[in-house]
Amino acid sequence: MSETADNSLVQFHNVSYSIPTRDRTVILSDLNLAVERGETLVLLGESGCGKTTTLKLVNRLLTPTSGQVLVEGKSTTAWDPIALRRRIGYVIQEGGLFPHFTIERNVGLLPALLAWDEARVSERVRELLKLVGLPPDRFAERYPHELSGGQRQRAGVARALGADPPLLLLDEPFGALDPLTRASLQREFADLAARLGKTAILVTHDVREALLLGRRIGLMHKGQLVLLETPEKFLTSDHPQARAYLDTLDVGGGQ
Amino acid sequence: MSFWHFLQLNWPELLLLVRQHIVLVFLAILIAVLIGVPAGIALTRHRALRGPVLGLANVMQTIPSLALFGFLIPIPFIGGIGARTALVALVLYSLLPIIRNTVTGILGVEPSVREAAVAMGMTGGQILRQVELPLAMGVIVTGIRVATVIAVGVTTIAAAVGAGGLGVYIFRGLRQYDNNLLLAGALSAALLALAADFLLGLVERQFSFDAKHHTRLSAKRMLAIGAAASLLVIAVLAISRRGDEPASFAAQAHIAVGSKDFTESALLAEIVAQMLEARGVAVERRLELGGNLPHEAVVNGTLDLYPEYTGTAFTAILHQPPISDPRAVYDQVKQDYASKFKIEVSPPLGFENTFAILVRGAEARRLNLKTISDAAPHTSEWRAGFGQDFMSRADGYPGFSKTYGLKFREVREMDLSLTYIALSSNQVDLIAANSTEGRIKTLDLFQLEDNLHYFPPYEAVYMVRQDSLARVPALREVLAKLGNAITTDEMRALNLEIDGNKRDPKEVVKEWIGKKGL
Repeated sequence: MSETADNSLVQFHNVSYSIPTRDRTVILSDLNLAVERGETLVLLGESGCGKTTTLKLVNRLLTPTSGQVLVEGKSTTAWDPIALRRRIGYVIQEGGLFPHFTIERNVGLLPALLAWDEARVSERVRELLKLVGLPPDRFAERYPHELSGGQRQRAGVARALGADPPLLLLDEPFGALDPLTRASLQREFADLAARLGKTAILVTHDVREALLLGRRIGLMHKGQLVLLETPEKFLTSDHPQARAYLDTLDVGGGQ
Repeated sequence: MSFWHFLQLNWPELLLLVRQHIVLVFLAILIAVLIGVPAGIALTRHRALRGPVLGLANVMQTIPSLALFGFLIPIPFIGGIGARTALVALVLYSLLPIIRNTVTGILGVEPSVREAAVAMGMTGGQILRQVELPLAMGVIVTGIRVATVIAVGVTTIAAAVGAGGLGVYIFRGLRQYDNNLLLAGALSAALLALAADFLLGLVERQFSFDAKHHTRLSAKRMLAIGAAASLLVIAVLAISRRGDEPASFAAQAHIAVGSKDFTESALLAEIVAQMLEARGVAVERRLELGGNLPHEAVVNGTLDLYPEYTGTAFTAILHQPPISDPRAVYDQVKQDYASKFKIEVSPPLGFENTFAILVRGAEARRLNLKTISDAAPHTSEWRAGFGQDFMSRADGYPGFSKTYGLKFREVREMDLSLTYIALSSNQVDLIAANSTEGRIKTLDLFQLEDNLHYFPPYEAVYMVRQDSLARVPALREVLAKLGNAITTDEMRALNLEIDGNKRDPKEVVKEWIGKKGL
């Protein structure tokens, strides 16, 4: 047990979540999952399967109805939510950038919240913008609406990396992009994640993306984790939900 | 008098009114923002409160402004007459747009942006200050802009409760049928509203973050606009501050003189004021107050005295049925005012101002009319024009028409001061005016005799607080000197100087005091 705890950054123990309304719609039931340090885990599933909820349980945007989520061995409800979230980068579609901040201020927000001195924040922002392929001299002073969708997404990733968090949560980060931009961003992200050694949980409904980016793929269906496999084993799985996804790949002429 | 000439003559007073107007609006909006924005923020956090609070603010705004002032007057601490009451009413009016827009603005922040802020580990306060408020600011400023423009308008009504501002010119203009006054008041108020709208519009544009309206001015230009606006306000304040109001009343004996909202009342107040000033007493003038305000104000101590008519005090304040013996009315009023209100009634000033039932001179001669009874048979073909006061008071229209058996083709309720013009220009055929009205002669109007003695005697007197008489000895001397000092003809002549010849009341009074050796 203690060995697992050492290797796992995030653990789900019998986690269920239902919407706290009168009819208590069950979103997630009895989830058990451990995310290892350094891996990119992809949660794959159609809309409404509970994958985004799973993500939000990690940085305590939601708390479990039953069971517990451990981050670095400590239950999310035992963490100070602010301290917890500042250790977790969060990337959503279109980046979720603040429209009234320049790219520089958006990316430097977390370091500024952590009261880094100005020179260090500015240095960090330049470094991050270079890392995600946005030359600081051209982009630092711009506002989000002056950027393309792909550029905004890059800025969103840069912002999530601001305070060098050990864990990244990404909710369909490339979903709103055109196929070419998406492909190039996916490749760059895979490269980046490997280079930085970050642990990442990425949510998607795109099986190609899952196969490309995941060290393991968790397949979710109707609030349950139905399969958890490496990409190689996922490709040969005979689970009906996995097959349904894999069948969509054949349209382009198979592997 | 041309408008230009009028402006040249009245420039200092107009600036003073503009200053009062700006200060009232500015303070009201400032207070409304200090209350409204935090309230709006609280409402975004407590959904259950949103309906009731917004509903209440909504109801506030539907109350007609004059009525709201009326409700506030008797309330201790926030009510009474003057700027404070006006300020309370203005704040109440301004709250709704500010609260509503704060709520709308903050709730309108995109959920994904708010979620990103939470997920990044921003605290509630950081999200509010750095994300929600900046993004909602454009909508909030729109609310402030709407509130300001409304407040500039409502403030014109504030003159009715003695708060000053441009409404003073508008009300006076209506009363004296003086287009220059009306124009100066209304035009200035409109310009103020436009200026406020324009300046706040500039501010509003600074907070637009979408691509279409992204015309942000630089911080420098923003600062420049702010500085220019502040300079403008300060300049107006500085120019108009010269020579008004003495610096301090503390050193001298101090008397607050009020009057009702018509020329004669203001004149009588001015007479006392100048006589007191000549005796070294500092005088604060709160003239031209609407309705029963002067009475309320003397009762609660905001005013020390104001001119009144015994018949009015008898019927409208003491609610007695009209009687026709002047001595009896005076004695009864004196006795009841002393015991009920601790107010002393001064010796009568020497003239009566009763309701004068007027028809056109030509009409009176043609039909050979002398008395109201003579006119009664003709009233079924006539239109009557009466002031609001006459329509509603105990000794007014209902009893009057019953006593003489009058049945008019049409009865129009209008502003008293407009009835003279309406009569002389054939818009109406009979009016109830003040018998001391100066324009009776100049417009060739004929006063029908009250042959059934319906109207009670209205002797002019001053109503004075007993403790004011004790505090300022000069007051008793002045009131004694004014006893029996003004004849009806004199009063008419004085009224005519103001209403007919459009002269400055202060000068007219000064002249008259000099002539009488008072």
